[in-house]
Amino acid sequence: MKATDFTDLVQRFDFLTERESADHLAVNCPADRLLELATALRDELAYDLLLDVTAVDWDAEHPRFTGVYHLYTTERHEYLRIAANCTDDIEPTLPSLSTLYPAANWHERETYDLMGIRYEGHPDLSRILMWDDYPYHPLRKEFPLAGIETPLPADDVAAQTNAKVLPAPMMGGPFVAPTEGPMSQAEPLAKDESWTEKEENQ
Amino acid sequence: MATTTQEISIGDLPARAAAASSEGELKGDNMAINVGPSHPTTHGVLRLLMELDGDTITKCRPVIGYLHRGDEKIAENMTYNQFVPYTDRLDYLAPLANNVAYAMTVEKVAGLQVPERCEAIRVLCCELARISSHLLGVGVYGMDAGAWTVFMYTFTEREKLYTLFEELTGARFTTSYTRIGGVARDIPEGWLGRVNDFCNGVLPVLDQVEKLLTRNRIFLDRTEGIGVISRETALAYGLTGPNLRASGVDFDLRKDRPYLGYDRYDFDVPVGTTGDCYDRYLVRGEEIRQSVRIVRQIIETFPDGPVCAEEAKQIVAPQKSKVLSSMEELIQNFMITTEGPRIPAGEVYFEAENPKGALGFFLVSKGGGVPYRLKIRGPSFCSLSLLEELVPGHHMTDITCILGSLDFVMGECDR
Repeated sequence: MKATDFTDLVQRFDFLTERESADHLAVNCPADRLLELATALRDELAYDLLLDVTAVDWDAEHPRFTGVYHLYTTERHEYLRIAANCTDDIEPTLPSLSTLYPAANWHERETYDLMGIRYEGHPDLSRILMWDDYPYHPLRKEFPLAGIETPLPADDVAAQTNAKVLPAPMMGGPFVAPTEGPMSQAEPLAKDESWTEKEENQ
Repeated sequence: MATTTQEISIGDLPARAAAASSEGELKGDNMAINVGPSHPTTHGVLRLLMELDGDTITKCRPVIGYLHRGDEKIAENMTYNQFVPYTDRLDYLAPLANNVAYAMTVEKVAGLQVPERCEAIRVLCCELARISSHLLGVGVYGMDAGAWTVFMYTFTEREKLYTLFEELTGARFTTSYTRIGGVARDIPEGWLGRVNDFCNGVLPVLDQVEKLLTRNRIFLDRTEGIGVISRETALAYGLTGPNLRASGVDFDLRKDRPYLGYDRYDFDVPVGTTGDCYDRYLVRGEEIRQSVRIVRQIIETFPDGPVCAEEAKQIVAPQKSKVLSSMEELIQNFMITTEGPRIPAGEVYFEAENPKGALGFFLVSKGGGVPYRLKIRGPSFCSLSLLEELVPGHHMTDITCILGSLDFVMGECDR
């Protein structure tokens, strides 16, 4: 059977553009056409497995967030990567695929939890890995590796002990150094500079 | 004393019962039950919030995240090789297979081809990891269903395997054996012979295990027709690996998208028919035998040569013996250690057929020694997302069998 290539797809879906990829076929899809594309891919082109839903935070670029989906067909044994940019950088949203692929339910909850992307039409978009009241989205680039001080999720324990969730001490950890700056910072230390011992010029 | 008798009419019993139940008098409340997060049947830190009507489960909500360590965030802050030990802790029952899958993802974006001997070692690692994971999976599953003896047999065999891993990698559990572009060291002398001895020993034990379980009336009663996952449901929920194959989908990445030269080896892919707990047990048992077949073929055709892609000087660290005697190698070693291997920009998604299913890595590289984004797709995560649909309608006692048959690992689910 002939492998699916980009020209096949673009004939059927004229809103797609090809995406640079080091391995599988990859396409860019506008966020508002995503549901339409996924429905057709599942029903007409036999992409029966939704393997992964995730997102990438491009930091200072615009669009800042890109949702990434990996589909697989057990008929032709091919992968397809779909990337959809979120139009809004502050409140990123994407349509939910959980009605099409139940597998998307947990993956989307995870992406919401860690990256803060809202999936419209998701039946229960609650946090999944972090606890329910957690205030941040840790996989965003501005979130420090060590974490941010937050209240303890158990109120009764917090009331008795005054305990909080504290940032992790990173000194001497295996993390990469910034490539610019003084030598004392060029050692493998946390990217979070508040933990760096002292400035060289002091 | 005069006594009076009074006739008490009980009336129409069925009519009264019907009236009472419609008023909610006889109905009673559903019971809420919490299992976990620390409970022997959950094999880790999984929490199930369930609602029971009598002994029948009506609702089940899995709560995960108790083992979340932020591996994806950590990956963005360290060089490629530094992340290898973190992959040990994903599916910690098959660390070698995780190491291989991760290294292959990075090599894919770098366009690096590893030498034949390295491929053979990696296939050997993957298959031995599969045997060790399934041995534990089947053993613990038997224990969940009440057959303790099986566990003793399989755990003894797994112990022998761990001695082999220790000899190969220096560690029993957290192996960290692969590097980007190769493996940490060559196999020790005489090791292949000992692997062969292990293979000869494990097959009779498997026969014993099958004698204990496959036609065991109690085991059959507890697993047959329990936790049936249809082909459609399995696909819709993104199940992979033995769990998907037990539901009758012939999908094995080793056959369908061969990597590491899996197409050179002759093996069969067991596929189930009904997708119940019993089928999942049968599939795992057979997979051990097939893995032994692959291991024997590798031992027969074990190639010579280097174990690292040595020509890729910006990615693979030089041999230690050369580092202290040659300036060029010293600099190369220093650069790779401090700044990480030079990996070109690009996006890849690679999945390997791990013991629990397809372990996937989505890697976004912007060039340099540190990943820009690394998403880990754990097969156990998908298996557990099915519980919400699978469990309702079953009895409380079936929970142990269903969880045992799905063979999940929380380390990989929570990452």
